[in-house]
Amino acid sequence: MNSNSGQSRSRLVARRFLRRRLAVFGLFIVFLFFAFAYLGPSFYKWRYDQLDFKSFLERPSAEHWFGTTQNGFDMFALTMRGMQKSLIIGLIGAVISTAVAAAAGAAAGYFSGWTDRAIITLIDLLLVLPGFLIIAILSPLFEGRTWLIFVLLLAAFQWMITARVVRSMTLSMKEREFVYAARFMGVSDWKIILRHILPNMSSFLIIDATINVSSLILAEVGLSFFGFGVQPPDISLGTLINDHWQSASTSNGYQFYFPAVLLVLLVLSVNLVGDGLRDALDPNAGAGKPEAGRPEAGNKQ
Amino acid sequence: MSAQPLLEVHDLSVTFPSEAGPVAAVRGLSYHVMPGEVLGIVGESGSGKSVSSLAVMGLLPARARITGSIKFRGSELLGQSDKNLSRIRGRGISMIFQDPLSALTPVFTVGAQIAEAVRIHQDVSAEAAMRRAVELLDLVGIPNPSQRVGAFPHEFSGGMRQRAMIAMAIANNPDLIIADEPTTALDVTIQAQILETLRKAQETTGAAIIMITHDLGVIAGAANRVTVMYAGKPVETGAIDDVFYQPRMPYTLGLLGSIPRLDRAEHSPLTPIEGTPPSLVDLPRGCPFTPRCPMRIDVCEQIEPDLLPTARSGVGHSAACHRSGEIEEQSLQSADVFPAPVIGKPPAAGIPRDQRPAVLELRDMVKHYPLVKGAILHRRVGTVFAVDGISLDIREGETLGLVGESGCGKTTTIMEILNLVKPQSGNIVVLGKSTAQMTDDERFRIRRELSVVFQDPMASLDPRMPISDILGEPLLTHGVPAAEQSRRIEELLQIVGLRGEHANRYPQEFSGGQRQRIGIARALTLQPKLIVLDEPVSALDVSIRAGIINLLEKLQTELGLSYLFVAHDLSVVRHIADRVGVMYLGKIVEIGEVDRVFGLPAHPYTQALLSAIPLPDPRKERTRRRIILQGDMPSPADPPSGCRFRTRCQKFAGELNDHERQRCIDEEPVLHEPETSGGDHLAACHYAEGYAVLEDTSGR
Repeated sequence: MNSNSGQSRSRLVARRFLRRRLAVFGLFIVFLFFAFAYLGPSFYKWRYDQLDFKSFLERPSAEHWFGTTQNGFDMFALTMRGMQKSLIIGLIGAVISTAVAAAAGAAAGYFSGWTDRAIITLIDLLLVLPGFLIIAILSPLFEGRTWLIFVLLLAAFQWMITARVVRSMTLSMKEREFVYAARFMGVSDWKIILRHILPNMSSFLIIDATINVSSLILAEVGLSFFGFGVQPPDISLGTLINDHWQSASTSNGYQFYFPAVLLVLLVLSVNLVGDGLRDALDPNAGAGKPEAGRPEAGNKQ
Repeated sequence: MSAQPLLEVHDLSVTFPSEAGPVAAVRGLSYHVMPGEVLGIVGESGSGKSVSSLAVMGLLPARARITGSIKFRGSELLGQSDKNLSRIRGRGISMIFQDPLSALTPVFTVGAQIAEAVRIHQDVSAEAAMRRAVELLDLVGIPNPSQRVGAFPHEFSGGMRQRAMIAMAIANNPDLIIADEPTTALDVTIQAQILETLRKAQETTGAAIIMITHDLGVIAGAANRVTVMYAGKPVETGAIDDVFYQPRMPYTLGLLGSIPRLDRAEHSPLTPIEGTPPSLVDLPRGCPFTPRCPMRIDVCEQIEPDLLPTARSGVGHSAACHRSGEIEEQSLQSADVFPAPVIGKPPAAGIPRDQRPAVLELRDMVKHYPLVKGAILHRRVGTVFAVDGISLDIREGETLGLVGESGCGKTTTIMEILNLVKPQSGNIVVLGKSTAQMTDDERFRIRRELSVVFQDPMASLDPRMPISDILGEPLLTHGVPAAEQSRRIEELLQIVGLRGEHANRYPQEFSGGQRQRIGIARALTLQPKLIVLDEPVSALDVSIRAGIINLLEKLQTELGLSYLFVAHDLSVVRHIADRVGVMYLGKIVEIGEVDRVFGLPAHPYTQALLSAIPLPDPRKERTRRRIILQGDMPSPADPPSGCRFRTRCQKFAGELNDHERQRCIDEEPVLHEPETSGGDHLAACHYAEGYAVLEDTSGR
């Protein structure tokens, strides 16, 4: 037997994850995109704000991998810059929204009573508000300021459904005997939530955060496309697609297709990773299930 | 033995693939069942008893590798198509499952499900099948069968659902019924009803029964022959009396010695079987019981013994042990083979009870839950009288057992105590402090003195924490310095019989028994005075239980602890408790010194409860008079007027005249000392009268 089961558990999860070919492929793509987005400028000849006065509207070539724009900007450098922003918005937004969901959901489920009712009301309220519209209306407020406000707004309309799930998981978790044991030895409520309840749903939270990344990227792209999200001079995949969508049907279609296809690939990959993680972390999910599981002695060992 | 066996299982092996390697769930099981007989298969979880019966039914998943032969009425079942097997299932062999809750489809009426079972195998009209369903429900003792036939499963109680399952199993007059732990999920009084129903069903249909269970008492009362399984192999088989009175295999000896006996007053320590059953993934060569066997010799580690007939005891008695000959010659008993630990007397035992300080006092404690309706307005439509005024006290160094069936309010009682808040009515006094007057600070300090051990060792330890953190949590919470913490954790592990290096492992790496030891260690961390034990052994395997019970007794002696021991298993309570309180529908109906209450119970409910518990003693089981209670426990939201037990009371139904009955209906009985008893013994019955349900056989 292993002396440290924390280790052996993560090894088991890793083994189950690696069994899913598509998830591994997704993870590879996400890493690749990250690497290009952040390391690109260090090996690529052109910067995103650099103009090449010798080549306007040029098709992809060895010099300009994704071609150039009308003004002579390098399309690859632009796409990588936009990818950077989209990725970081997705990541930060997902972490914030899952954290808010965990705190609010656990508090509602654990304390019940008035806390529960207040949080549930807030959730219901936010769920019926059209998030897209509200962010669009509020967009003049953060025009010219940091894009972080935009991330916060995105996260604010993202956490509610997760919080509901966390709440119902907490409701069943707080009836578990180890939570009772902690309560009866005098551990304070928030400590119980942080020490016992949230760690025991960590797999759910990890999966949720991963899947949130892709939906936040999509939300960001959608808003930026209409000009309500990331504002110039910042660039995201959304603004890029907005700038070039008209070229889609022309011979300069590459200006649209490169960012668009990369966006689809990115979101698809993140979702594949999320699916793989779910199967690996949750033993009840279909494909990650080990072949063992004797009906009788499943809990022994 | 002239007739042909009904079922012959020969050299059956079942292997499942798993990530860790093939799991050998059953390894070479052979048995036969004659028409009309009852064969018991006993074993702990993981011994392969359920898997082997699923193999007979052809219900194992396709990935299981099955070898050997299963012959039903001379024709081979293994390798037959599912379609052919379906013709035999139900008609030839039927099965009763453990969990009646999930065995019935919730969206069809019970009658429709029984009628369906009839119509699959018999060419009858729908009306005839429904009539048959009513007949069957009547046969298994469901009141008003013609009305209840249209009820849905959720309208049935657990016991009634299990009866419906039996009705379905006998619907087509099968020759063989396989009952897989048919009563494990049920309360004892319901268990007695179900066993009686099974007996009746067998009489009516003449079917043979394979009874699979871990409860030696159930086997003793029901079976003609018995096979004991260990690690996928039969280790002893024979006529019921031979196996119970002349066991020839150390495991059987150990099992019989490790069960606390309800019918014995003397409190000698139990003989535990050390260690845990082996993992079935990588079984070592030799006898799988070797690591736990006190009689092991070198050959045990080399060669696995075959199941061989014993020389002197009855026909068909075989045991798989290299030394069964010696056991036979010297006629060894459990106590000779398994060393029983010596446990001294608690230090407080010398002082008379009323001079010892009380660590816990409840006075007329009440806990009612509102029954509400409506999502927004929460209209109160009724009250659940979960605990309706109970009083008890626990003195230093003593153990109070609190027994009763599920729904009687035991759990509510201990939760009220552990919450340390003011009860709705009445008083809780812990270590001289009333919970009504405690400040938050005092409450926090009292938590050091009061701790708890839960029932389920799987759920009571946080799976994400290593043992050192689990044991360190109370120390951290109560501000014990870090250096002191690690010393204390090591000491605690030693006390409960684990090793220091276990501290950085996680709960999943331990067996159920070891986890329960960790749970006990956690309860001891802050050196409490009172420990609440909520069914601490009921989730454990029989052979593990004795070790935990002995540990609890040893700790009480060495540390001077007081216990509130909540259980539904009366034999364990008789063994460990000094005093016992019997609860029924939120009230204590009888309380007193354990030997008085169990020796001469005065309340009809206690008498019925005691008589419902099967004894692991076949001769006694055959001659015992049984009191079988009628029906189920009424809902605590709507308790009967007067005496709450009167609706099921055998005395009320059988012995009293109308005038006497009126008193039971009108007037609620209070706890008083019955005439037949002297000393510490109270019963809440107008007509309390001692009746020895169990005779003491300690001097056998």
